[in-house]
Amino acid sequence: MCGIAGSLQLRAGSADPARLSDMIATIRYRGPDDVGVYCKGPIGLAHARLSIIDLAGGHQPLSIAKDTLWITFNGEIFNYVELREELVKKGHRFTTSSDTEVLLRLYHEEGERCVERLNGQWAFAIWDAPQRKLFLSRDRFGVRPLYYTQTHDAFLFASEIKALLVCPEVRPAIDLEALDQIFTFWVTLPPKTAFQDIHQLPPGHNMVVRDGQVVISPYWTFGLRPEPVPEPRRQAQLAEELLALLSDATHIRLRSDVPVGAYLSGGIDSTVITALVEARVGKKLRTFSVGFEDAEFDESAFQQEASSSLGTSHSAIRCTHNDIARVFPDVVWHAEQPVVRTAPAPLYLLSQLVHDSGFKVVLAGEGADELLGGYDVFKETKIRAFWSQRPDSAWRPLLLKRLYPYMEGLQRQSLDYLKHFFHVTEEDVRHPFFSHLPRWELTAKCKLFFSESVRAELASRQTIEDLTGRLPASYASWPPFSKAEFLEAQYLMPGYILSSQGDRMAMAHAVEGRYPFLDHRVVEFAARLPIHLKMKVLDQKHLLKQAFKGLIPESIRTRPKQPYRAPDGKSFFARKDGYIGDVLTSAKLREDGIFDPKATEALMTKFRSGRDTSLKDNMALVGILSTTLLLDRLVTHRGAKPGQDPYEKSARLGA
Amino acid sequence: MLEKIRAFVVENYLFGEEGKLGNGDSFMESGIIDSTGILELVRFLEATFGVKVADEDLIPDNLDSIEKIVAFVQTKLASSPADRPSSLQSAGR
Repeated sequence: MCGIAGSLQLRAGSADPARLSDMIATIRYRGPDDVGVYCKGPIGLAHARLSIIDLAGGHQPLSIAKDTLWITFNGEIFNYVELREELVKKGHRFTTSSDTEVLLRLYHEEGERCVERLNGQWAFAIWDAPQRKLFLSRDRFGVRPLYYTQTHDAFLFASEIKALLVCPEVRPAIDLEALDQIFTFWVTLPPKTAFQDIHQLPPGHNMVVRDGQVVISPYWTFGLRPEPVPEPRRQAQLAEELLALLSDATHIRLRSDVPVGAYLSGGIDSTVITALVEARVGKKLRTFSVGFEDAEFDESAFQQEASSSLGTSHSAIRCTHNDIARVFPDVVWHAEQPVVRTAPAPLYLLSQLVHDSGFKVVLAGEGADELLGGYDVFKETKIRAFWSQRPDSAWRPLLLKRLYPYMEGLQRQSLDYLKHFFHVTEEDVRHPFFSHLPRWELTAKCKLFFSESVRAELASRQTIEDLTGRLPASYASWPPFSKAEFLEAQYLMPGYILSSQGDRMAMAHAVEGRYPFLDHRVVEFAARLPIHLKMKVLDQKHLLKQAFKGLIPESIRTRPKQPYRAPDGKSFFARKDGYIGDVLTSAKLREDGIFDPKATEALMTKFRSGRDTSLKDNMALVGILSTTLLLDRLVTHRGAKPGQDPYEKSARLGA
Repeated sequence: MLEKIRAFVVENYLFGEEGKLGNGDSFMESGIIDSTGILELVRFLEATFGVKVADEDLIPDNLDSIEKIVAFVQTKLASSPADRPSSLQSAGR
């Protein structure tokens, strides 16, 4: 896994090697093992390498065809062994044993359509000198990041936004529409990012830059359907097929010239992966987990149980409130976008543990919740859809009581309140985002904290309605459950789960995540499954649980779903040193003009008082804090440099 | 009592933006209390007025506007005077 960057002159002139070196230097933590820059004429490619496959021969940028084809590549092509054999038969003679060379030769052989043959996670750029064409691509699900921008003279791209911001003509400014989206969906809608004029290549898309023209086109979409085709096979057969697919997906994700470990969350997904690795490798797997000092969020007991029953060699860290507060400025610097939850922070600490233990690669369970019926929002959708068919029913809404058992504030609500929050009016039922309206409406309440001028500027925006124009043609005919799956997998997964909680937190400590559930064969299989096999009545991930009966501990296989969460707002008030007051000063908030200083102060007072706080309060606080830290670090440069605790000074003063 | 409750609502749910809320306005319709926010209100009422709020009391009829809360607390106090803290009894006279 690595970091990439590059530039293509759009008019006259040559690429500047010094600029390329600067760009790649900003993201060297992604690839501390090696660095390479190639500049010739209009093109410049740069690469920071984390050596995982072909440790000796994998230097990049790499070229073939007498130096006419060049590549800089971040990611892994897991089926490179098979593809290589095929290419050798066709007469290709390899000079390295890397997957990078396989990818480039496959492009040489098949052109842009080569990406359809890849099983992997990637962001890469290929310079095709004879065609004077820059070809870029991002994997199907957005595991690996790819950002770009255009200046007067050049097209620039990189794994992270900060590598673009190092170019003096790229001026950093927060995009208010993006902020509006984050304060609704938790993510920006690609190609938008949190920064004005900086874009991301959407997952599953290719991009060609040639003769000053940029063309972006999709090569893959989720194959969800109006009604899944009648499934002739029985459940037991499908469970077997899922097991076989996942087993192979895990197996090819062990291809590596360095040892591979695994995250163990205590839930079914990571336990399944760990069990598959152990079955395949036949030796002790190294596993890692994060627990919480705060019992409400802690899953240590389940992690221990999974580890001891599967016989892994396990390391864990225990995350405190203060840990979250301490690393949060760095977390935001790495995430490069505002977040409304602190959940990325513990994962940042976890990747540090992996790194300090000498590991560069971990397997993880991401993707299972989105594709196999795991998330609570799917359950919520099912219950609301069922209720909406008989809105006057006395007992149907009682099922709302089955939602979110881990949230005390919800559990004590009377039915009248629950019915109000999870509303199902006729208008809701017809709404394209029926499944997500309650949560998006809740998040959007955080906009109460926007300053008057920002609210005025955004007043005419129809954030939720704008999403309607991006939906697949057949979307309207899908059942509510499939629509919910699509919204999670298409937007939240790449925009938050795989980035703010995924790539950025892992790569901050040079750790590569690999996700067997996001093997496209597994995803395509899951998309064809009937809904009742993903969630049977209200049993989440039903088929997955059936497939792994007897293969993982029963207590983990049958435990109720507990979503991964971390302590939010209160993390920042455990310190006595005025941490948060130092970041969110009224003067600074006024200067930035995004949030209302008076309302923000009132929110902080509420947290300081120790009174109960609501979900909205927590999302608002974390959202305001992360936006301000992002401005500190990447826009106004008021904050400390990465790696430093910017509040150390105030901590000393407070002591 | 109304002023105390109003101050709590303004401080905790409106974050100072007082002007917008009438004493009879529905919290649910104006969306100022989210699904996890009701318990804050309950704990405030219990701590401040010495009333016991049972789970079955957690209905919009009792809690959905400042005026409704006042009426609810008054009913509670009247029905179980023993629950009243002494400070409040004297303050009420």
